[in-house]
Amino acid sequence: MSALVEIRSLKKHFRVPGGWFEKVRYVYAVDGVDLDIAEGETFGLVGESGCGKTTFGRLVLRLVEPTSGEIVFGERNITNLDRSQLRPMRREMQIVFQNPLSSLSPRLKVEQIVAEPLTTHHILPREKIRERVIELLEQVGLGQHHLDRFPHEMSGGQCQRVAVARALAVNPRLIVLDEPTSALDVSVQAQMINLLEELKRAHGLTYLFISHDLNVVQHISDRIGVMYLGKLVELGPSEDVFDAPLHPYTKALFGAIPLPVVDAKRELTVLEGNVPSPINLPTGCRFHTRCPIAQAKCREAEPELRQVRSGRFVACHFVD
Amino acid sequence: MEIDTTVSVPQVESTRTFRHVLAVIARDPLSLASTIVIVLFVLIALFAYQVAPHPDEGAGKTNVSNTMLAPSWDHPFGTDLLGRDMLSRVIIGAQPALIVPIGVVLFAVLIGAPLGAIAGYKGGWVDEIIMRVTDLFLAFPSLLLAMAIASALGRGLDKAAIALVVSWWPWYTRLTRGVTISLKERYFVEAAQAVGVNDWVIIARHILPNTISPVLVQATVDLGTVILAMGGLAFLGLGTQPPAPDWGLMVSDGRTYILNQWWIATFPGIAIFVVVLAFNLLGDTLRDIFDPRQYR
Repeated sequence: MSALVEIRSLKKHFRVPGGWFEKVRYVYAVDGVDLDIAEGETFGLVGESGCGKTTFGRLVLRLVEPTSGEIVFGERNITNLDRSQLRPMRREMQIVFQNPLSSLSPRLKVEQIVAEPLTTHHILPREKIRERVIELLEQVGLGQHHLDRFPHEMSGGQCQRVAVARALAVNPRLIVLDEPTSALDVSVQAQMINLLEELKRAHGLTYLFISHDLNVVQHISDRIGVMYLGKLVELGPSEDVFDAPLHPYTKALFGAIPLPVVDAKRELTVLEGNVPSPINLPTGCRFHTRCPIAQAKCREAEPELRQVRSGRFVACHFVD
Repeated sequence: MEIDTTVSVPQVESTRTFRHVLAVIARDPLSLASTIVIVLFVLIALFAYQVAPHPDEGAGKTNVSNTMLAPSWDHPFGTDLLGRDMLSRVIIGAQPALIVPIGVVLFAVLIGAPLGAIAGYKGGWVDEIIMRVTDLFLAFPSLLLAMAIASALGRGLDKAAIALVVSWWPWYTRLTRGVTISLKERYFVEAAQAVGVNDWVIIARHILPNTISPVLVQATVDLGTVILAMGGLAFLGLGTQPPAPDWGLMVSDGRTYILNQWWIATFPGIAIFVVVLAFNLLGDTLRDIFDPRQYR
């Protein structure tokens, strides 16, 4: 499998608004991420809120301007494309957002919402559009009778299906799923996950699945990456990482998943304190302030993401 | 795939439909009364020549044998200095008093709202230019600015209307810009960007339609203010020119005789008062409907 998306030391620093006489400060939302996403894979990106995973998803689609680094999509470097050059690329990559209701224009009907990508890119002649919209709605489990609905007349799950139909309309290769299930009821979450897997098989899609819901990520992903304060700390095949997390942060994070077995015993690492501010990053390893195995070295040297076993990468001095 | 496509969701009552607005208005006696008053005045304005007992006098024909008659059955509002029936004057005066302010507010919205949406959406130097220009206008009290422009343009109803549009549009630019900035953060705008929709289409299709509610509320309240401002300009001799009937002008003419012939200034004054109050009350109700967070 070749890489559909190649990310090279990607950074996004947001400037903190401040007065003229204040020192210029930055939020290090994404601070040097290297990642390949293979064609046809589902890559799960997990991390606590504020770790930069959402910004990362938007960077990949160039919805946010990167500070530095490279984004290569389908062997084409899209880092420096301007808006008009980027427009044809929009047919190849789409996004589904977390909040289904607010991701649909409140005063447009479902038909207009799903047709928008088709008319924007002149994919179909006008008279064929309605037919295609119905086809798309059926693919996501909705139907013709939803055409005239407004977003507020539908449930969260239905809105999310409309958002997926809109993303599918351009026949993209990559869809960034930014917490697509976290605003939905648990029963609807499962339906949504099944739908996404079904669509992936049917259309040969590649997913970048961003979530803090570890159970969902484990279920859907082929590989996962764990992000902490703008950097990947662990990367590897989903099953392996879940079965045997290597990085102390990953261990603590996965320790927070409730196990389905009542008597299951495990080592429970409870993280002390809060995530440090992404404005004032800790020196050395960014995790050392909360790490149970931190040593003097961690305060000084930042560990590189290095391969420790086949396909498994960890950024920690003390894992081998 | 186990997805049930036949699930039907119960029809959720939308809180912003026209029906809902009517229902809320009907529940509140004050806003119901103001709506009725506005509808009544609009009907009177539309059919002024049919309703007025002396349409020709209302339009300006003098009748010197009847000067300054006190209110009576023949002339319920009395007659003015030139013997014209005041009731007819007030009724026919409703036309410029209502229709011109509606036009003024409409044009102010048509100019102001798109500029505000562009400023809010584009940001950067576009925003700076548009907003500094509006600041220039907003630095003067709007009535004072309208007076200055009207007197520069010369006398006449049309010039007064232009002057009011010029001094009123920046308020709508301000308003839509604020709304746009908050809308810009919503996912549906980002989704449209991700689809590759052109900026102008995003503004026209995704932003402007969602600014309608606050603009409508502001426009309703402004209608009252503009009616008052029109009256003020006419009072100063900058709006409607005699012999055409105008409430502001009538108040201006009648104020000399206020002690002895009180009816000449009083009835047009009451008309202004009632219409302005009605628009303000209706505007408050609409605000409560569209933006419940702003309850005072």
